[in-house]
Amino acid sequence: MLKRTGIACSEDIERARPDETRRKQGPVAWIECFREIPCDPCHDACRVGAIEEFSDINDLPCIDHEACTGCGLCVAACPGLAIFVIDETHSETQALLALPHEFTPLPDAGDEVVLMTRSGQEAGYGRVHRVQAPRAFDRTAVIWVIIPQDLVEQVRAIKPLHQVIDEEGGEKQ
Amino acid sequence: MSEYRIQQHPILQFSLGRRVKFYFEGEALEGREGEPVAAALHAAGVKVLKYSAERERPRGFFCAIGNCSACLMRVDGRANVRTCLEPLREGMWIERQQGKGDLDA
Amino acid sequence: MIWMRECEVAVVGGGPAGLSAALEASTLGAEVVVLDRDDGPGGQLIKQTHRFFGSRAQHAGVRGIDIPDILTEEATEQGVEMIFGAEVAGYYPDGVLTFKKDQKWCKLRPERVIFCTGASERFLAFPGSDLPGVYGAGAVQTLMNVHGVRPGQRVLMVGAGNIGLIVSYQLLQAGVDVVAIVEAAFDIGGYAVHASKVRRLGVPIMTRHTVTRAHGQQQVEGATLMQLDEDWDPVEGTEQYVDCEAICLAVGLNPLAELMWQAGCSMAWIPQLGGYVPICDEDLQTTVEGVYVAGDASGVEEASSAMMEGRLAGLGCAHSLDRVDSDRYRQRREELLHELAALRSGPTGAKIREGLQKMQQAQPLRQVLVEGSDC
Repeated sequence: MLKRTGIACSEDIERARPDETRRKQGPVAWIECFREIPCDPCHDACRVGAIEEFSDINDLPCIDHEACTGCGLCVAACPGLAIFVIDETHSETQALLALPHEFTPLPDAGDEVVLMTRSGQEAGYGRVHRVQAPRAFDRTAVIWVIIPQDLVEQVRAIKPLHQVIDEEGGEKQ
Repeated sequence: MSEYRIQQHPILQFSLGRRVKFYFEGEALEGREGEPVAAALHAAGVKVLKYSAERERPRGFFCAIGNCSACLMRVDGRANVRTCLEPLREGMWIERQQGKGDLDA
Repeated sequence: MIWMRECEVAVVGGGPAGLSAALEASTLGAEVVVLDRDDGPGGQLIKQTHRFFGSRAQHAGVRGIDIPDILTEEATEQGVEMIFGAEVAGYYPDGVLTFKKDQKWCKLRPERVIFCTGASERFLAFPGSDLPGVYGAGAVQTLMNVHGVRPGQRVLMVGAGNIGLIVSYQLLQAGVDVVAIVEAAFDIGGYAVHASKVRRLGVPIMTRHTVTRAHGQQQVEGATLMQLDEDWDPVEGTEQYVDCEAICLAVGLNPLAELMWQAGCSMAWIPQLGGYVPICDEDLQTTVEGVYVAGDASGVEEASSAMMEGRLAGLGCAHSLDRVDSDRYRQRREELLHELAALRSGPTGAKIREGLQKMQQAQPLRQVLVEGSDC
């Protein structure tokens, strides 16, 4: 349970999940901000106006998945690091997951990375498709990772490379 | 290189002072000029900064902002220096203080 | 040598509340001096590497570490004078502030004073809690984010409020392993988004658990964790040992209100606000005329609210000095009160709302501080 463990449960995830049709059309944001807090930068970050203006700053964000282009700007802007973009059209078996990442060193495109679930369990390997870290993202990189289709609801992080390096006692390959 | 010093950080860049030599209990150590003495000691792996006056329990870095008295040490002969605030200088002579500190020595 | 001068508004503390107070008062034309014991502005902001919550008025989306520069630049443009390395030690019945600067005692007699002194960390007592390696969470932030030194390679975090969760994340960013976060309460106290971001990186959050012993002779080498029962007592047989070289305490804050006690402000014990706080009105004026408070010193809350409180206190000072016409004053006051109410209106503001309600009930008549009074 989220308030006991920090892990979102299926009812929470239900609220973030775009509908089936939209998911089949390409990248779309999953806003996993499940508890009301006073915060609204996601609205300002969206260039296409898909994230509604907040009438009360404590409201949960409200997104129009149809309007969302899956650009990922909100992923970098969310102070809670709670927004992800998922593209389930990447291939038959693989999806593309964009996640916020604030660790150093950053992986490079093509690197194999360890996937982590919401509960911090390792869930196999993914491959970095693209790394976005422009100045405008202010040190929150957005990493696009290729992951298995069946893990789109589970994987929400990649293991920081420095941890991998420590464990292997070696250098980044 | 100290295992305690952060070499790379995703958000921060540390502007450290030049490397300086200082002495802790007579032993030469290296730190960065201007950083607090207690931070330099910590980076050098020294965690016990003093012993409590009555029961002689070890004391270490605790509040980091000069509020508590856990880091009081003897610096260049001065007792009760708050080492979490005191900037490190070349050649400083740092000692663990015994008891409440002696003002005359 | 004793140095003595006068000014219109003195702000004690240059953190988020103090800088905002100074900025508001100076923008309206008041002459402001900020005193801070640190060697630069920002207070605890200088350790906050995360992006702030709130809305634009509170610099939402900006990292805490970048806010002092923004506020200081504006304040300097407005002519605010900032004196760093100035430890304020007293406030006397004749309205004189005394502070130590460069080993000298100096005095300042302001017409108004705003205390933005912040808060101090609470401690948790358990066998071994005095060992080197047990730190306040703020100390860990200072060591790590200001001086670039890690507290150790394996750290146990005590407390799952926002500070415990945020510092855990910062430890991970500094390359430190967080072995667990223990929290005595039933639920995680901090924002769910903060909890999720450490959890998905493999840090267990153990609610209904506490640390019962720190192990080690000269410094921390490990800790015993235990589960708590309905009466908050440790349950026999649930002991588990964790290997760690540091224990970080994030168990809450107490307002730093000594100077307001000294000023003779009426104080009230309000647990929801963190302990003893000066009784103040909506404009943050205490029971002593001309003495204002803002930020954690008035009740422990988020930095975003501290900034809004600072603005209100600064506005109140400027108004009482006749620096702002009443229409503009009313409009600005409404704006700020609205912002503050919005920040506190959601579920995360429940505790602070309760505290403020108690504050209203505690409200006595304002006393005018006179020389020779018994305060």
